[in-house]
Formats: sequence, structure tokens, C-alpha cells
Amino acid sequence: MNEQTLTPEQRAANLKGMGSSRKRVEDVRFTQGKGNYVDDIKLDGMLFGDFVRSPYAHARVVSINTEEAMKVPGVVAVLTAEDLAPLGLHWMPTLAGDKQMVLADGKVLFQGQEVAFVVAEDRYAAADAAELVEVDYEELPVVVDPFEALKSDVVLREDTVDENGNATEGAHGPRNHPNHIFTWEQGEKEATEAVLSEADVVAEEMVYYHRTHPCPLETCGSVASMDKVTGKLTLWGTFQAPHAIRTVVSLISGIAEHNIRVISPDIGGGFGNKVGAYAGYVCSVVASIVTGKPVKWVEDRMENLMSTAFARDYWMKGKIAATKDGKITGLWCHTTADHGGFDACADPTKFPAGFMNICTGSYDIPTAYLAVEGVYTNKAPGGVAYRCSFRVTEAAYFIERMIEVLAIKLNMDAAELRRINFIKKDQFPYQSALGWEYDSGDYHTAWDKALESVGYDKLRVEQAQQIEDFKAGKTRKLMGIGLTHFTEIVGAGPVKNCDILGLGMFDSCEIRIHPTGSAIARLGTISQGQGHATTFAQIIASEIGLPADDITLEEGDTDTAPYGLGTYGSRSTPVAGAATAMAARKIRAKAQMIAAYLLEVHDDDVEWDIDRFAVKGAPERFKTMKEIAFAAYNQAIPGLEPGLEAVSYYDPPNMTYPFGAYICVLDIDVDTGEADIRSFYALDDCGTRINPMIIEGQVHGGLTEALAIAMGQEIAYDEMGNVKTGTLMDFFIPTAWETPNYITDHTTTPSPHHPIGAKGVGESPNVGGVPCFSNAVHDAFRPFGLTQTHMPHDHWRIWKTANDLGLHG
Amino acid sequence: MIPAGFEYHRPSDIASAVSILQEHGDEARVIAGGHSLIPMMKLRMADMGHLIDLQDIDALKGISLMGDTVTIGAMVTQHELITSATLANAVPIIKEAALLIADPQVRYVGTVGGNVANGDPGNDMPGLMQCLNASYELSGPDGTRTVAAREFYEAAYFTARDDEEILTRIHIPVPAAGTGYAYEKQKRKIGDYATAASAVMLRVVDGVCAEASIAMTNLADTPVFAEAASAALYGRALDDAAIGDAVSAAIEATDPVADNRGPVEFKKHVASVILRRAIDRAASRAS
Repeated sequence: MNEQTLTPEQRAANLKGMGSSRKRVEDVRFTQGKGNYVDDIKLDGMLFGDFVRSPYAHARVVSINTEEAMKVPGVVAVLTAEDLAPLGLHWMPTLAGDKQMVLADGKVLFQGQEVAFVVAEDRYAAADAAELVEVDYEELPVVVDPFEALKSDVVLREDTVDENGNATEGAHGPRNHPNHIFTWEQGEKEATEAVLSEADVVAEEMVYYHRTHPCPLETCGSVASMDKVTGKLTLWGTFQAPHAIRTVVSLISGIAEHNIRVISPDIGGGFGNKVGAYAGYVCSVVASIVTGKPVKWVEDRMENLMSTAFARDYWMKGKIAATKDGKITGLWCHTTADHGGFDACADPTKFPAGFMNICTGSYDIPTAYLAVEGVYTNKAPGGVAYRCSFRVTEAAYFIERMIEVLAIKLNMDAAELRRINFIKKDQFPYQSALGWEYDSGDYHTAWDKALESVGYDKLRVEQAQQIEDFKAGKTRKLMGIGLTHFTEIVGAGPVKNCDILGLGMFDSCEIRIHPTGSAIARLGTISQGQGHATTFAQIIASEIGLPADDITLEEGDTDTAPYGLGTYGSRSTPVAGAATAMAARKIRAKAQMIAAYLLEVHDDDVEWDIDRFAVKGAPERFKTMKEIAFAAYNQAIPGLEPGLEAVSYYDPPNMTYPFGAYICVLDIDVDTGEADIRSFYALDDCGTRINPMIIEGQVHGGLTEALAIAMGQEIAYDEMGNVKTGTLMDFFIPTAWETPNYITDHTTTPSPHHPIGAKGVGESPNVGGVPCFSNAVHDAFRPFGLTQTHMPHDHWRIWKTANDLGLHG
Repeated sequence: MIPAGFEYHRPSDIASAVSILQEHGDEARVIAGGHSLIPMMKLRMADMGHLIDLQDIDALKGISLMGDTVTIGAMVTQHELITSATLANAVPIIKEAALLIADPQVRYVGTVGGNVANGDPGNDMPGLMQCLNASYELSGPDGTRTVAAREFYEAAYFTARDDEEILTRIHIPVPAAGTGYAYEKQKRKIGDYATAASAVMLRVVDGVCAEASIAMTNLADTPVFAEAASAALYGRALDDAAIGDAVSAAIEATDPVADNRGPVEFKKHVASVILRRAIDRAASRAS
């Protein structure tokens, strides 16, 4: 169709830019089984690695005998810590300033820890040989309770004590016990204690957010290929931050960074599990260097659940103070954080407990104090941000439980208690008592919309009737109404205070416009299912007026993509999305000069109009972006270089603060402990919305993970440190059957500091969903005296709550 | 999750399968749908040199009704149990139970023979077959014999089947017209074994229970055929008192163990709740 005859609306629609529910371009290959994941990579002569893992949670490794294993046909090598030590690779740095054994160096600290790495010509030979590696263990006393660990004589880590047996200084300050990692304090301790002592009302509870695991569909893996002729190492892997991996590999291996190419191919879900560095990555690299052949390592599901990064495991002791009419005056929190055998949390360096200090939530709390104490135990390391920004889910769960506990103490409706304490719209930008500057928000509008949408008052009337019926013996069901208003902090982050291992947390985008008006953009992030190739093209389409369908997106290859810190913590849109808009604006600025030249007017006499520059006051005189692109390459324009491309490295001035209002209604069968989710309403405010359909998909996925965590998913250990939930039989992943229907809704409060006002959404539903489901369970039992119980709310725990409250007669 | 090496056999008749079993003794195992055996092999908890795949043996397939007996071949899948019109008419409780096993993908491959023969107390079919008073046909080197489902299970994974025998067919007496039935199962999620499950068949004549059969699943190391519970209902109106007595008798016969689903106390309570529901539903269907 002739461009002259299209209406402005039609021209805008053709771009499929921001606001369009454009279909995901990735899904063509994913739904046809044509994705290319790490385990799809097959190279000539490729070898396979498999681990020998510790059956014990705490033991001394007396000896390792590899003789029988080496006799298995096809076995090429069996690596132990002794082989890695000369290279200095038997330990590796963690993201949290600690170090971690790559292969057991004299002892093991958790069940499933890597002890030896068998390399063979095929997977079967490697597995057969792994069975034949003889490891002589001397069992040591096991410490699985973090409170016990801080009192125990059992020292887990020999590197935490000096020759006199005293605890040494840790990466984040002094230790008070050899098993103590750090204590991180924020806010005003004395002022908060003063508020607590003078308050009308103080509610106090221990809120435990149990240990769970991101459990992405694709487990972790890598393929390392060292080319001894060129000296170049190519490393494919399940990396949420490929550039950071390249730098870290260079720093620990001594291979020059330009000789390392890291590639994240398609990734089947990350959720924080693929941020850190794992022994398998290091071992595949070493094995490739040693053998001169490509080496693949891919963990199985049990290995993934047992040994790669867990999430949560925070014991959060809270006190919340208020006036008798419900105005919150202070918040106090002491968290005991179980980090397992090594501190491998994925947090920015200056934040050993992540952004746990967002725990004042959506509320205007004038005085607050937070202390987080990290502890070593005989459990797997991790503490990653499972579909949340660093520890934000823990913080949201804490405050949203404490609000409920306070409501019980005040005998107030929890919706009203929230309303009277929300930060008001005109208080933004809002300085929180624990140090953050919230960028924007309109909590009251979102809250009122949510309550009205679900018919909150009527639900309470129905619930009151049901309680009467229950007491009269007419029903054995209890109805629970779960409320949550969460505030997230995402988009890490400003380089001035956010780095990981010294790498600043900016991100990047490079855009090249082709002469015929199509484009390729490359980013420092990497999609793991979020749909970057779809949404980032939409940002570019709106900014420079070329159709999203004509824009290719590439991520994950460090040889081609600009440097960036990767995808986690809902940072892609806030940081790389901003870089994308800024790079596009540089292109548009040059395009303006080209258009003005072609139209024979001054630069200032043309104006941008959807997909073109037009002469001011003469809209019929214009040059489309497509025409401009051709001219940029093929016409000599005085004073301008040929070509049309730009790169932007974006250092965000602040985090973004998405928020939301969620309401869950469920029915509990008091006799069996089953909970039936009747409805779930999720209102998200993620600022400017780029692709509503993708947002909805992200919300559905995140809510389903939240359902899993709240209602059954956990990594449980027995007292010997054995993992009790090491398979998907016991580790709860909801199927379509367990997943309720969700109602999604939104308000739009753009971020004032982000180029397009977007805040990020992928993690909100997990952050807000977990407290919402949990609050609903608690709410059902509130009339019978329940104040606080612990997740996950599986059948037996719900049944126990009912039983403890005397509801079984 | 990589199994050790094994020889793969795929005989086309029962006699050949039996002779391979005979030749290799406890080094050999037959495989039907593989949902229990393959994970055990991948975990290297089951390690055998010879795997005998039964899928080419036509004599192990099919569902037929002859007189008062339904016969189901061991290789009939759970999916076929659900879609069989013969079964839906003659023994509808089988469909109700099979729909509660795992998920459609598993049911396309999982077989009834594997489910009853493996002796896993978590499997649903053994308890159901005890409730229905089914019998199992076993073929071995010495020919064929039949063992009642109620006599078959000795302990977890230990059954009356000899190592050199193959369970080939299941015979089920068709319940009398008007028999009420119900299969109730509580599980944590799709694909899980039961926290507790119960199968109930009962007949009501002139307002009193003329016949009752109750069995429970995953509440002991074998299926629990609760004769005392059936007896508690017999000859009585199905009122609260009678049902209460039956439930108490049934729970008395259980011996659950604590696991990730919960402790013993919880399991017994849930078992009593779902058994009561199953009796109520079966009674409502009896005519």
C-alpha cells in the first residue's frame, strides 16, 4: 500500500512497536522443537564429563582411587582437586566474595558436592566409570540448623579460623563464630528500638521463608572447546551473564579475555539458577585444555536440585510497631540466613543480603532497622534470586506477613491497615528508612481498583457466613482471602553502588540499520524465555520507525554482542531496554540530519512523525526511515560519515520500583488439608507496557511458580543433611491441573528516570504471589486463632494447622 | 541418570519370554511400560544384564468379556482401560481409578500388568484388583497358574510371582448389576502416588448392605484389603454408625509410614476421610 494513503494509526500499527501484543518471534522455533540448547551442541570428537558426588553432607575425603575407573573403555581422564591445584582451579571465587571448592579439597560440605570429574568418549562410559571411582570418606558431625551452626563446636570451613582457632575476618566484615559469614546492618537500630519500646502496639513474629530451588526446565551445562592451534577457548553454557562469565574465566584461568568466546545459546529458563559459576563449567574448561578436545557437561535433574543454586532459606524475626489506630511507626528485622557450605549468593558486592532492605515494602514507615546474619551449614550453596531481584521476595514476604500479623493484633481489616500506611502518590520520589529512593508509584489507586475488581467487601461477607456455617457444622470448608501489595526493586543497577565481582552493572545495546531499512540489534543481556527478541525489537520500532518484524535481535555471543551484565533481577528492560532506546535515539538523531539534507531544509525544520521525518508545517514533504537508511549508506552527505548505527552503554541513575496488588481467594478442606484456589487477581504496575501479551504470559508463569513455592515446593533436608526432595516426585512443580486461572489487570505509573518509563515485570508475580497465596491460607484460619505458620502450605501442614487449632473435633 | 549396560530382548510370544527369563535367572527382568523399572535403572538401583521387552507379544494385549468374567491382558495400557467401552459397562470403577493415575502421557505407555505385578504399594491397581477380587494368570516354565489378587502381595516389591514367571492376564468377575462403586484418591499433585486411596464396591438390597468390598492403597507395604471393614457394613443400613465402624476397621488394618507426604497420624486421618467419602459415593450409586 502506498505510504501516503495510510493513516497515522495504520502506520503506527504496522510498526508493531511498544504497546503491541506482537506474537513472540521465538516461539516458532521453540514450539517446533527447533531450539538450540547447550545439550544440542555436538562437536567432532566431543568428550563427556560426569561427576562423582559426595553421598555425605560433611566428611573428610581420606583418599580417592581412580584406578578402576580409568580401566573402563572410553574413559580419557578422571580429574580430582589434586589435578586442578597446580592450575589454581581447585577453588573458584563466588559472586559473594567467598570461594568455593571446584572439586573436594580434603573434605565435603554438602550432599551432592563434586568430588571427581570423569571424562569419557560417551556419557555411558563416563557414568560407568564414575561408579568405579573409590572415595574413602571419614564422616564428620553434620550441622543443618543455622541457629545451631552459630553455637556449634563443629567448624565447617577450615579457612574461617586462624591458628588459634579464632574466627577470621570475612569478606563482609568480622565474624563472631567460624560458621558466621557476615552481619549486614541497615537503618537505625537504637531509634527503632526506642520506637518499639514506646509504641501503642507491637506485633512480633518469626517469619520463615523456606529453602526452595528455581528448577528451570533445562538444567545447567556447558561445552568447552579449547583450540590449541589458535589458543582460543570457546565456551557454550547456560549462562544468564555471558560477558561476566568471560571476564571471570579470564581472571581465574589466565587466558587473555580476547581469546575467550562465551556463548549462551537458547536457555530453557534460568530464574536465577544460571547466574553463578558452577564446578561443571570449570571442569569442562580444564578437561578441554587437558585433552585438547571439546568437553560437554550437562547435569541431570537430581544434580540440579541437589547441587546448583537454591533460593531463600531466610529466618526473619520481625517486630512492627504502630499507633492504636494502625499507623505504623517502626519496623525491626533480624534475619538468620542459611547460606549452605559456601557463600555463593548472587548479590551485588556491596549487598551481601541483596536488597533485603526493601523490606519496608509499600508502606511509609519512618523508622526501621534490619540486620541479616549469614551462616554456613552443611547444605548446598546458592541463595540466588529465584525469579526476583536479590532477596526482594524474602523482603516482600516478610513485610506482607508482618502487616497481617499487625492487623490481627490491632483487630483491623488488613486491607484497611495497608491503605492507611501506603506511601502516598505525592511522596514520590520517596526516601525509605532503609536507604532506597522509590522512583514512582500510585499505590492507593491500584489498591482500590483491586479491591473493587474482586468485590472485596462482598467476599468478606461471604467469608463471615462461611465461618458461621463451619461453626454450625454445615460445612468442613474454610474460605481464605489473601491480600498483598508489594513493591519491588529491580534493574540493578547504578554502577556507583552496584557491581558483581567488580563488574559495573550497566548494560548495552548496539543497533545497525541495513541499507534497505531493516536492522540488527545486539544486547549484553540474554533471554531465557522472556521474549527479548520480540520486545526489544518493539522498543526500536517505536523509537526509529522501522517495523519490529524487520529487526533481528541477537544476544549471548560475547564475540559479537556489546558488553553487559546479563539477565536476572528484572534488569533487562530497566537497563538494557534503556540502552536500546538510547542507541535508537542516537540513530534517529543522525537520521534527522540526513532527512534534512535530503529535504533541503535545516535540521531544526524537520520533525519526527512515527516512521519518518517531515518538514514542519508541510507534512506531505517527508523522508521515511527506510529512505533515510538507504541514503545513509549510498549518498554522499556533506559532513556526515556513511552508515547508520549506534551503541549505547546505559548506567541507570536509579533502580525501578514496580508494584502490584494481588488478591487470592481459596477454600480449604479442613479434614484433608487440601487448598483449592478459587480465584487469583493480579494487578501489576510495571510502568510503560511494551508488549501486553508477553506481560500477561510473564505474570501467569511467575504466579504459577509462586503457587508452587507457597503451596508445596521445598528443598528439605533430614538431620544427616540428606536431601529429601531430590526428584520431581517430591519437589513440587505444578502442572496445568494444579494451576488456577488468573485474572490480570494493570495500572501504569511510568518510571520518571527511564527513557521509555518501563520498570520490568518478569519477577513481580513471584514476589507478590508468594505472600498472597500464603496470606490466603493464614486468613482462612485467622478466626480460629492462627497468627503465623510456615510455608510451604502442603496438605499435611495445612491439616496440622487445623489439627493444632482443634478443628478436627 | 544414565543406566548401566544391558542386553535387550524382544520376544514375540510368552514361551520365548519365559525361556529367556529361565536362561538368565535373576539377571533378567521383563519390562512393560517401564515407568517403574526405567527410573530405577537410571538411578542404578536396578541393575540387570538382560531386559525383556514384552511389547511385541500379542497374547498380552486386549480386553475381553466372556460370560461373567472380564479378562485384561497385562500389556493393556492405562489409557486403554479408560477408553474401553467393555470396561466402562462391566466394571466402571476401573476407569474412575485409572483416571487418577499419573497424567495422560504416562497413561499412554503405563500398563495394568506392570502396575499390578511390580508390587509397589504406591500403585493404584493392586488395591483396586483386591477390591474387585481379581485373579492374576502367571505363565512360567511349568505352565500356567492363577493367583488371587488378595493372595498375591507379600511385602513391598515381593509378590507370589516366581522369578521365572510372567504375569500375563487379569481376570475380574463382573460385579452384579446395581453395585455401587467409588475410587477416591488424595495426592499432592498430578503424577504423585496417593497420600491415601480407597476402592469401594457395595450392593444394597432392601435398604441394607448385601455385599461390600473395601481396599486401600499406599497405607502399608502391600495393598490393604479391609475384610473387617466390609464385614462391618454387611447386613446393616449404611448409616453413620455402620460407616463409622467400617472406617475404624479399615484404618485399623493400615500401617502407613511417614514420608514427604506427612506423618502417620495425618495419613491415617486422611485415609479415614477419603474412605468415608468413597463409601458415601458408592452408596449413592448403588441401586
